[in-house]
Amino acid sequence: MPAVSKGDGMRGLAVFISDIRNCKSKEAEIKRINKELANIRSKFKGDKALDGYSKKKYVCKLLFIFLLGHDIDFGHMEAVNLLSSNKYTEKQIGYLFISVLVNSNSDLIRLINNAIKNDLGSRNPTFMNLALHCIANVGSREMAEAFASEIPSILVAGDTMDSVKQSAALCLLRLNRTSADLVPMGEWTARVVHLLNDQHLGVVTAATSLITTLAQKSPDDFKTSISLAVARLSRIVTSASIDLQDYTYYFVAAPWLSVKLLRLLQCYPPPEDAALRSRLTECLETILNKAQEPPKSKKVQHSNAKNAVLFEAISLIIHHDSEPTLLVRACNQLGQFLQHRETNLRYLALESMCTLASSEFSHETVKTHIETVINALKTERDVSVRQRAVDLLYAMCDRSNAKQIVAEMLSYLETADYSIREEIVLKVAILAEKYAVDYTWYVDTILNLIRIAGDYVSEEVWYRVIQIVINREDVQGYAAKTVFEALQAPACHENLVKVGGYILGEFGNLIAGDSRSSPLVQFNLLHSKFHLCSVPTRALLLSAYIKFINLFPEVKATIQDVLRSDSQLRNSDVELQQRAVEYLRLSCIASTDILATVLEEMPPFPERESSILAKLKKKKGPGNLPDIDDARRNVNGSTEHSENTEAPKKSSPSLVADLLPTNRPRPASSSPIMRSAGTMGTTHPFTDLLNLNATPSAGASLLVDVFSESPAPASVDVCEENFLRFVCKNNGVIFENQLLQIGLKSEYRQNLGRIYVFYGNKTSTQFLSFSTSVASCDMLKTQLNVHAKTVDPLIDGGAQVQQMLNIECVSDFTDAPVLNIQFRYGGTLQNIAVKLPVMLNKFFQPTEMTSQDFFQRWKQLGAPEQEVQKIFKAKHPMDTDVTKAKILGFGVALLDGVDPNPANFVGAGVIHSKCTQVGCLLRLEPNTQAQVKMYRLTLRTSKDTVSQRLCDLLSEQF
Amino acid sequence: MQFMLLFSRQGKLRLQKWYVPLSDKERKKISRDLVQTILARKPKMCSFLEWRDLKIVYKRYASLYFCCAVEDQDNELITLEIIHRYVELLDKYFGSVCELDIIFNFEKAYFILDEFLLGGEAQETSKKNVLKAIEQADLLQEVRIFLYHQVAEPIREIDCQLDSSWSRAATK
Repeated sequence: MPAVSKGDGMRGLAVFISDIRNCKSKEAEIKRINKELANIRSKFKGDKALDGYSKKKYVCKLLFIFLLGHDIDFGHMEAVNLLSSNKYTEKQIGYLFISVLVNSNSDLIRLINNAIKNDLGSRNPTFMNLALHCIANVGSREMAEAFASEIPSILVAGDTMDSVKQSAALCLLRLNRTSADLVPMGEWTARVVHLLNDQHLGVVTAATSLITTLAQKSPDDFKTSISLAVARLSRIVTSASIDLQDYTYYFVAAPWLSVKLLRLLQCYPPPEDAALRSRLTECLETILNKAQEPPKSKKVQHSNAKNAVLFEAISLIIHHDSEPTLLVRACNQLGQFLQHRETNLRYLALESMCTLASSEFSHETVKTHIETVINALKTERDVSVRQRAVDLLYAMCDRSNAKQIVAEMLSYLETADYSIREEIVLKVAILAEKYAVDYTWYVDTILNLIRIAGDYVSEEVWYRVIQIVINREDVQGYAAKTVFEALQAPACHENLVKVGGYILGEFGNLIAGDSRSSPLVQFNLLHSKFHLCSVPTRALLLSAYIKFINLFPEVKATIQDVLRSDSQLRNSDVELQQRAVEYLRLSCIASTDILATVLEEMPPFPERESSILAKLKKKKGPGNLPDIDDARRNVNGSTEHSENTEAPKKSSPSLVADLLPTNRPRPASSSPIMRSAGTMGTTHPFTDLLNLNATPSAGASLLVDVFSESPAPASVDVCEENFLRFVCKNNGVIFENQLLQIGLKSEYRQNLGRIYVFYGNKTSTQFLSFSTSVASCDMLKTQLNVHAKTVDPLIDGGAQVQQMLNIECVSDFTDAPVLNIQFRYGGTLQNIAVKLPVMLNKFFQPTEMTSQDFFQRWKQLGAPEQEVQKIFKAKHPMDTDVTKAKILGFGVALLDGVDPNPANFVGAGVIHSKCTQVGCLLRLEPNTQAQVKMYRLTLRTSKDTVSQRLCDLLSEQF
Repeated sequence: MQFMLLFSRQGKLRLQKWYVPLSDKERKKISRDLVQTILARKPKMCSFLEWRDLKIVYKRYASLYFCCAVEDQDNELITLEIIHRYVELLDKYFGSVCELDIIFNFEKAYFILDEFLLGGEAQETSKKNVLKAIEQADLLQEVRIFLYHQVAEPIREIDCQLDSSWSRAATK
C-alpha cells in the first residue's frame, strides 16, 4: 500500500484546513476563508505565472472552501488549465474541481470539452478514465452533445482496456439518463449486450447496469440480454465461493452482479423458451436454498450480501407472479425473517411481504403470519418498522380477517406515532368500508376513529361516512342513534359534531320516537356544542337547525328564538349572520309544503371512487399501494373481495363534490328564495345546503377542482423560455421541470417540416392520461398547418415517449403554435403549455450566388418597405465562427467574399411556403471598435412582413 | 443511487456526491434535512427509512455517518454493503482510516469513490482492482500524504456507541 511513503502532499492545503478547524466561531471561519480567497485571487491575478503545483494547490483550496458550503465565483479558468497539464495529479484535481463545481459557464464548456476530447483520444487509460469520470459526473447536455456518439465506440472496441470499458459503460448510462435522445444506440446494441459474456466480471458489472437502463426504455431492442443474463447468473450461483476470487464478498459470489442481473430480468416477463425458463427457475431455487444454509461467516456483511441476493430474487419471483411454489417458498422464507434479531431484516421482510400479499398465489400464505405482524405493531421500537407492519396488515386484509385487523389498527392508533396517524386513519376508513358486511360496524368504526384520533380524521373520511349513510337506508337509523349517543360525551371532537349535526339534521326523525332522544333533546344536545365550535361547523349546525324546523315543527319556536338572538343575527362573521337571517326568514314566510320541498332529505350520491382512497394514493404515491382500490363498489352494497387490479379509475374526486350529487336535479335549487340565499355574499352554490365548505379557502379549492377537469384550462402560462434558442438550431430541450423533460428533433425541407417531440418522465412514477394538443391562434391557423400524431397515454417512470408533428407552411407567419400537454401525476392533473419553435426561417432554402448577383438583387429590393434594419448591442462575445454557425443555422447560405469588408457577414436564401416563395438577402455588420460591441443587421426581402419577422428573430441571436 | 453523503455526528458534511442534477440550493436543503433526520434516530433503529420519494440507507462507522439515497426499486441490503465496501477501500488505502484522513485528504476520498461508483452504480466491486487503479495513479505522482491514523484511532475498530477521544478532537 502507498501508505508508508506518504509524507506531505500539499502542505499549504493541510495548513489551511487545520486553520479552519481551529476557528472558534463561524465568524472566525468566514474571516479566515475571506483572507484565503483574497490571497488566491491575487495569486491568480498576479503578474507572475503560477507553476502547476501552486495552481493545483489553490484550486484544491477553492474546492475545499466550496465543499464547506461557501460560494466560489472564480478559479474555473485555472481549473480548466489544469486539465491540459501533463502531470496526472494536476489533471486529476482539475477534473475534480470541474465535476464538483459544474457551472453553466458556457464560455468554459468548450474548453472543458476540448480537454476531455484530448484525453479521450490519448489512448492513455488513466487519462481516458479521468475524462470519462468527468463526463459521467457532470452529465450535462452539452457534454452529451459532444461525446454521446463517441463513447459507444470506446465501449465496444476490442482493444479498449477493461477499466476504460467499465467507465465508458456507466458514463453512457448517465448520459442516457440525462439526454437519452442524444445517445445513439441502434448499431451498438448487439455488441453492448454481448458484454454480459465478458471475461472480466468488473466489465459485466458495469455493463449490466447500462443494459438494464436501456432495456427499461426499449425492452424489445435488448431482449437478447435475457438468455445471456440467465446464463451468467446460473454460473455465479452455482460457483464455489472461491471461484470468483476478488468478486466474492464475505463468501458470497459476486453479490452486486447477481443483484444487477436479477434486476435486469425484472424488465421482462418470464422467458418464453421452456429450457431457459427452467434454468432461471433453477437459479432462483438455488438462491432460496443457499439462503437456508447455515452461514459461512458470522459477519453481518455475509448475511447482508446473501440476503440482498435473496430479496432481489424474491422481487423477480413476485414480478413474474407465475410460479406458485416459488411464491409460497419466498413467503415462508420471509416469514422466518419476521422474527429475526436484525431490525433491518424484519423491516425488509415486512416490505417484501406487502407485495406478496397482492399475488393470488401467496395471499393466503401471507395471511398465516398475521399474529406475528400484529405483534410487530405492538412491540417494534422503530417507528419505520411499525409503519411497514401497518402497510402489511393493510395489504393482507380481506373479508376473513378485516374485523381483527381493523380492531388492531384502531388500538394501535391510540399510541401511534403522530407522523403516521393520518395514514392509519385513512387505511382503517378504507378497510372498514371495503369489508363491511354490516354497516353498523362501519359506522362504529368511523366514530371510533374520530374519538381516538379526531385531529387526524380528514374531511375525506367524514364526508365519506355521510355519503354512505345517505346512500344506505338500512344504516340510517343506527347511525342517528349512534351519533346521538356519542355526542353525549362531555368532550367530543369537532369532527363528531360535524358528522352528528349532518346526520341528525337528515335522520334525527328516525330516533325521535324515543323520549330520551326527542326532537328537543336532540336540538339541545347539538346546541350545547355550538359555542365550542369553529365557524364552518357552526354554519353546518345552523343548516341542521333549519332542517330540524322541517322535520320537527314542535321545536320551530325554540330554534327561531336561537336564530333570532343577537349572537346569531348580529354575528361578526358574515357567513353565520347571513345564514341566521336567511334561515329565520325562510322559517317565517315559507309554507310547510315549500319548506318540505326545500329542505327535503338529501338524494343519494352517485357512485364514485372513494376520495379517501385517492388521498391515500396521493400520500403514498401510486404503485406503493397494494391493490384494494375497489372500495367504491361498497356504497351500493357489493362487498365481494376482488383481486381486480384494473378497476377503472373514475375521475378524480374533489372533496366537496363527493358530498354534492350535483349531477342530478336538486329540489332545493328550484326555490328562488334558496337561490338568492346562496348567491348573496359568497361564491359557493347553495345546492350545498348544509354548506360543508363554508370557508372561502375551501370554496376556492372547489373551483380549482372543478376547473382542473376541463380540457383546456385558461390559466396555464405558455413557456417561451427556450423558444429563441431554437431559432438557429433544430434539436435540444425545449422544456424541463421537475417532472417532465421535453426534447425536440426537427427537420425541414422546403415548405414542410417534421418535429419529433420526446417526452421524458423524470420521476419514478407513471404519468397517466397523458395527452397533447397543438393550438394556434386564428390567424396562424390559415398560415401554418400542424398535424400531431397521437401519443401513448401512459408514460412509465423514467421512460420516454415520442410524438411526431407534421408541419406545412402555407404562407409567411409571425406567431408560433402552442403545444399543450396534460397528464396526471400522483393524482393531480398537470398542465403545461410550451411555445413550439416553429419559426419562419425554418422554411429557408439556402441560395448560393456570386457577388455580382447579390448586389444586383440587393438593388432590386431597394424599396423602403422591403428593407428592415436594426442596430443592437451584442449580448454574447463576438466570435466569427460562432456567428457563422448561427447564420448557417438560421437557414441561409453564407456568402464569402461578397462584402468588401471581410468582417461583415452576408447571406441569401429563399423562404418556401405553399403559396409563394420569398427571396431574402441579409447583411450583418459587427462593430468591434466601439466601446460597447454593436451589430447592424439589414434584411431585404420582397415582402415587408417577412423582412420584419426575420429581422426580429435573427437580431435576438447575437 | 441518487446521492451519497458522509457526515459527522456533529452534522458536518465530510463528503457529498450527487448523481442527479440538482441546484446548489436544493443540495444544501436536502443535506440539511437528511442529516437532521438521521442524527435524530436512535442507535438500534433499522438502517433504512423512507424519505420523500426515496429510500435512505445509512450506517454509522465511529463518528461518521455514511448515507445513500436510492430509488424505490433499489436493493437496500446491497446498498448497505456498498457503504461497507467503500469503508473497506478507504481503510485499506489509508491504512486504518479515520475521520481526519477524510477531512485532510478529501480529494483522495473522492477519487476512490469515483473508481468504485460511477453514475450512481457500482463500477468495480473488486477491492484489488479499485486499489490497483488508485495506486497506479499514485505512482504517477510523487505526492505523499500525511496519515492521521498514526495519531488517531481508526473508524472501523471503534464501537459505534463509544465517543472516542479523537473523534472529539476531529470535530473541534
